[in-house]
Amino acid sequence: MSGAPDISSDETRPRGKQPGSGRLRTVIVYGILVALGSTMVLPFLWILGAAFKPVGEFADPWKLFPSHPTLDNFRAAWNMVPFARFFLNSLFIAIFVTAGSVLTSALSGYAFARLRFPGRDRIFIGYLATMMVPWSVVMIPNFILLKAFGWLDSYYALTVPALFSAYGTFMLRQFFLGIPKEYEEAAKIDGCGYLRIFWHVILPLSRPALVTLALFTFLGHWNDLMGPLIFINSEDKMTLPLGLERFKGMYSTDWGPLMASTLLMLIPMLILFGIGQKYFTKGIKLAVDKG
Amino acid sequence: MRWSKGRRLEAYSALLFILPNVLGFAVFTLFPVAASLILAFFNWSPLQGASDFSGTSEFAGLANFWHAVGFHQHVDSSWHANDAFFWQYLGNTVILMAGIPFAIIGSLFIANLLSRKLKGVPLFVTVFFLPSVTSGVATYMIWQILLNPEKGLINAVLLAMGMDAPPQWLHDVSWAKPALIIMGLWSSIGGYNMVLYLASLQSIPQELYESAEIDGAGGFAKFVHITWPMVSPTTFFIFIMSLIGGFQGGFAASYIMTKGGPAGSTTTISYYIYNLAFSNFFEMGYASAVAWILFLITLAVSLINWNVTRKRVHGEVFV
Repeated sequence: MSGAPDISSDETRPRGKQPGSGRLRTVIVYGILVALGSTMVLPFLWILGAAFKPVGEFADPWKLFPSHPTLDNFRAAWNMVPFARFFLNSLFIAIFVTAGSVLTSALSGYAFARLRFPGRDRIFIGYLATMMVPWSVVMIPNFILLKAFGWLDSYYALTVPALFSAYGTFMLRQFFLGIPKEYEEAAKIDGCGYLRIFWHVILPLSRPALVTLALFTFLGHWNDLMGPLIFINSEDKMTLPLGLERFKGMYSTDWGPLMASTLLMLIPMLILFGIGQKYFTKGIKLAVDKG
Repeated sequence: MRWSKGRRLEAYSALLFILPNVLGFAVFTLFPVAASLILAFFNWSPLQGASDFSGTSEFAGLANFWHAVGFHQHVDSSWHANDAFFWQYLGNTVILMAGIPFAIIGSLFIANLLSRKLKGVPLFVTVFFLPSVTSGVATYMIWQILLNPEKGLINAVLLAMGMDAPPQWLHDVSWAKPALIIMGLWSSIGGYNMVLYLASLQSIPQELYESAEIDGAGGFAKFVHITWPMVSPTTFFIFIMSLIGGFQGGFAASYIMTKGGPAGSTTTISYYIYNLAFSNFFEMGYASAVAWILFLITLAVSLINWNVTRKRVHGEVFV
């Protein structure tokens, strides 16, 4: 890539004229970054401590970590609400929707980016136009539609409508447009059909975009509150956000179990972010190379 | 024009590629958008609630829209809003967007610090990105407790700093909005916008800064005359997206942390639509009308912004 040599030559370039003031500036920059970074991390450290606090230790807000850490809160949360059920529901729905919607988005994104067919650009503009429509506009007819299908209070309501994403189609189409056509030409000469080109050429080259889209799709559904709130009634089909919300109403004074569940809700997001991070920063570099 | 065999194969393949997505799009997006617009012209409230749709419906013309935005005169000749709640909640929605300029400046500031070639930048990017990645019900729960007037960490710090009576935050009509704005800043300042700024900053040609240095420009002058104009397309894009998000957002945070209170002070328009359609009287027709008004507002704001800012923005405008 053309960007890479530029960056390395940048580093050999002499930066500050006065080394003394440059060092002071570096110290100040680090100081600000550490202070701001601590503010970002503090709520997470706090919940990490709070989840392990025994009942008596909540009274002191200064105490970040408990002096006698306990698993009681996790045990209580596990027993008081069908926590495992909520967790598994959320996990199943988020994974299923992520896999499905990334696949349908990639398929249609590829067609919009590469294949010629009548009405292509008109359909695509239709996709773009609806991206600005608020969720509140489509939510009422969707409710009526799902009721007519008999899908209310079922997993279908939380999965099937979410399998088709205009945003995902748009994002992947833009990414596919940036892939040099030569790769496909070579495959075409070898006699590959469109599906094989899509699967063996396009998808492997698009890993950063696919991972980024998958990450955000997963997070969006893992955190979704409105959907379950409107479509789901029975406890055994509730997801974590809705389950926690109900739980919160039941235990307004006893925070321990609530904090333990909140921590457990955070963990999958943190793990995924850790995994996706590598591709994500690659995506940033990619944007830089293009600019 | 007769198509060659290859072109026909290409078109048929394309049809198969787009079929799943277009089908779903038609059923779960296109149809609902059209249905919602029709619904907005009807009075339709399934009286028995969500379990029974046998409620009466009648054509209402523009009455739903007029009920939301219109005014009427009382006998004492004073003017009153037809739906005072609509205006209150629209006001809340706008006030809750007060954090947007701060978030934009903060994102640019952090991106500026991170674009210096320092050790540990990837670690800092990760740390700053954390709140926006995890933002949702879990972080709202954490903030609700941090903001607790008696037991929360925030007021403990304020008391230690010598404040006699720190705010009651989410329990106080005038402090609930600032509390949500502060939380919004925490979760957005290092998020996607910062990443956009990082990319934008790194694409500024280094030569511009070098020649400015030769002319004796200081750090501030370089920022005002080079950095700010060069990142202005990014700023423009972020500003529009934040406004759209601001007008359409606010439901989940308020639902978890305040239930829209105290005294409706944190109920946004999208929360109001939810209440109208699903929690109080199942006024689905009126709720659809309010949803369309919200859509039109965001559309208008983006168009106005587009035309006003386009002339002042350097280079190309994002699409």
